[in-house]
Amino acid sequence: MAVARLPLSIDHIPEEKRSIYDAEPVLSGRGMRIQWGHVVGLDGVDIDLYKGEVLAVIGDNGAGKSTLIKCLTGAYEPTGGTVYLDGQEVHFKRPQDAREAGIETVYQQLAVIPALDIASNLYLAREERRAGPLGSVFRMLDKRGMARRAGESVQNLGIQTIQNMGQAVENLSGGQRQAVAVARAAAFGSKVVVLDEPTAALGVKESGMVLDMIKQLRESGLGIILISHNMPHVWEAADRIHIQRLGGCAGVITPQSHDMGEGVAIMTGAKKLVQDQLDGAA
Amino acid sequence: MSTASSDAAAQFSGRQQSALQRVQNALHLYPWISPLVILILSFIAFTILNPRFATAGSMGLLIQQMAIVAALAIGQTLVILTAGIDLSVGAITVLAMMVMATLAKDGGMPGLLALIIGVGLATLAGLLNGILVTRMKLPPFIVTLGTLSIFTAIALLYSGGSSIQASHLPAFLNWLGKGFSIGGLRLTYGVLLVILLYAVVGFVLSQTAWGRHVYAVGDEPEAARLSGVPSRRVLLQVYTVAGFIYGIAAWALIGRSGAATPNAIPTANLDSITAVVIGGTSLFGGRGRLIGTLIGAIIVQTFAFGLSLAGVNQQWRLLAIGLLVIIAVSIDQWIRKVK
Ligand SMILES: Nc1ncnc2c1ncn2[C@@H]1O[C@H](COP(=O)(O)OP(=O)(O)OP(=O)(O)O)[C@@H](O)[C@H]1O
Ligand SMILES: [Mg+2]
Repeated sequence: MAVARLPLSIDHIPEEKRSIYDAEPVLSGRGMRIQWGHVVGLDGVDIDLYKGEVLAVIGDNGAGKSTLIKCLTGAYEPTGGTVYLDGQEVHFKRPQDAREAGIETVYQQLAVIPALDIASNLYLAREERRAGPLGSVFRMLDKRGMARRAGESVQNLGIQTIQNMGQAVENLSGGQRQAVAVARAAAFGSKVVVLDEPTAALGVKESGMVLDMIKQLRESGLGIILISHNMPHVWEAADRIHIQRLGGCAGVITPQSHDMGEGVAIMTGAKKLVQDQLDGAA
Repeated sequence: MSTASSDAAAQFSGRQQSALQRVQNALHLYPWISPLVILILSFIAFTILNPRFATAGSMGLLIQQMAIVAALAIGQTLVILTAGIDLSVGAITVLAMMVMATLAKDGGMPGLLALIIGVGLATLAGLLNGILVTRMKLPPFIVTLGTLSIFTAIALLYSGGSSIQASHLPAFLNWLGKGFSIGGLRLTYGVLLVILLYAVVGFVLSQTAWGRHVYAVGDEPEAARLSGVPSRRVLLQVYTVAGFIYGIAAWALIGRSGAATPNAIPTANLDSITAVVIGGTSLFGGRGRLIGTLIGAIIVQTFAFGLSLAGVNQQWRLLAIGLLVIIAVSIDQWIRKVK
């Protein structure tokens, strides 16, 4: 039943992973459409994300990858289409609606506040208050507690170069800022984590840590959307690969069904994904 | 020989630079340090020029004179922290003041009720600014330039443009002009109220989530929105709270001027912006501390008072304040370059 929703044959899913696709998708988009004047950003895109899988989204610059995830996470209000979370129709009007529903996103342009310190950034819009009347009556922030837990989150990611959580984010390097944004998503995502090019500014070692973190999150049963231009990363980490092209979906493949060269060929339009080629086995 | 000296030079310049960078970093973390230094230096200078400056009597007068601008500068700080600017500060204050006084005089309304209506109206005026900024997406400069004229016109039309003397007003509306002395230092209840406002707003800005959100919205509005900060609501609240503070300041202003007059505070806009800027808050938003604004307001008044005690022409005060503003903005530009 559920397999029917996959635009490729179950044969291309490793046997031990197949059970993932028996369940309902944790996050789905149907007919996602967005338009700015005459510019069509998304032209009716379907997407399904299952619990415990990493769905990579690849595509050329301007293919609509970021637009797609922004429509799913409340950053953009799509002009058409429906979003489902755990099978229920949802309407995220603002990013905080999606966050409250358990979807954490690392946006490409990194939604961090340079003037605030690392701990404040990690806890922005979900600040924790002090215990007792200081917190409940005077609304006083638990700065020390947040700094401690922020330190733990960053440590969990294995980033050693960030020590002082009281440091302003503007004093961090580009990669360190990215690490802060990723740590925030990893710490608070309870259902879905969306990462829009999370390793773009990272060194080899740090990229490896982010990939490890993605695998950890997958183990703990979250659904992860990973946008990346780094094909080796995608083929290493992804369970399925959604290929975005010219505002539409050019198909969904797996690292087992296609190699990197074929994937890139489909992405650039050099090759068409022939659906029955995949369905043939089924 | 030449290697040794160039080494020494490199070492020297290296040390020089790191010291400068340390200053830059410190100012970045504590933007109110430079105004505090200026304040202390000007205190010393004015005391040398005229020893009467450092007396309790002079200080009491100085504090009373700066209190109203200091109060208005709280609202202005909130708005500027969100990368906005409020040109309707004076207009809202005068509107609230004239409405309170007219209601109490002509309508014979009890002072407390007139105060509540006046402050409520100022709050609504701030809310209107906020709605225009957040819903119509108009630049704050344009919005408040427009409401500056509108509120001024309403205040003049409503009050008939004439002053109302304190003797025609209920004691309650004049009460903030009353005060007490501590060993020659005379303070009014208005001054105490302004200090209380600073304590409350300072606490809210530095210790609560809302305060964080104000900084976040001012620094990077889109990043704040994507991080889940309800940016528009925060902006709306900032303008509304600012209006409320102007309303309270209007009450203090009646007590201070001993009357309600439409031209009680003609330089409110520029004075409040000057206090905020000299206090180290960035006009680009997201950076600054309320304590800096208080120091800024004291500096402005110190120059006015100190120069007049020293028998110097008031034109020099304008010159000095102008220089301070330019220095403060230059320092801000410089410390914002910290990487
Ligand atoms: N707010 C907007 N207004 C108008 N056009 C937009 C807007 N956001 C995106 N677009 C357009 O939609 C198209 C897709 O952009 P998008 O950012 O989704 O691409 P992308 O696949 O993420 O590219 P990249 O790999 O460079 O990040 C682009 O042509 C872009 O110009
Ligand atoms: Mg993108």
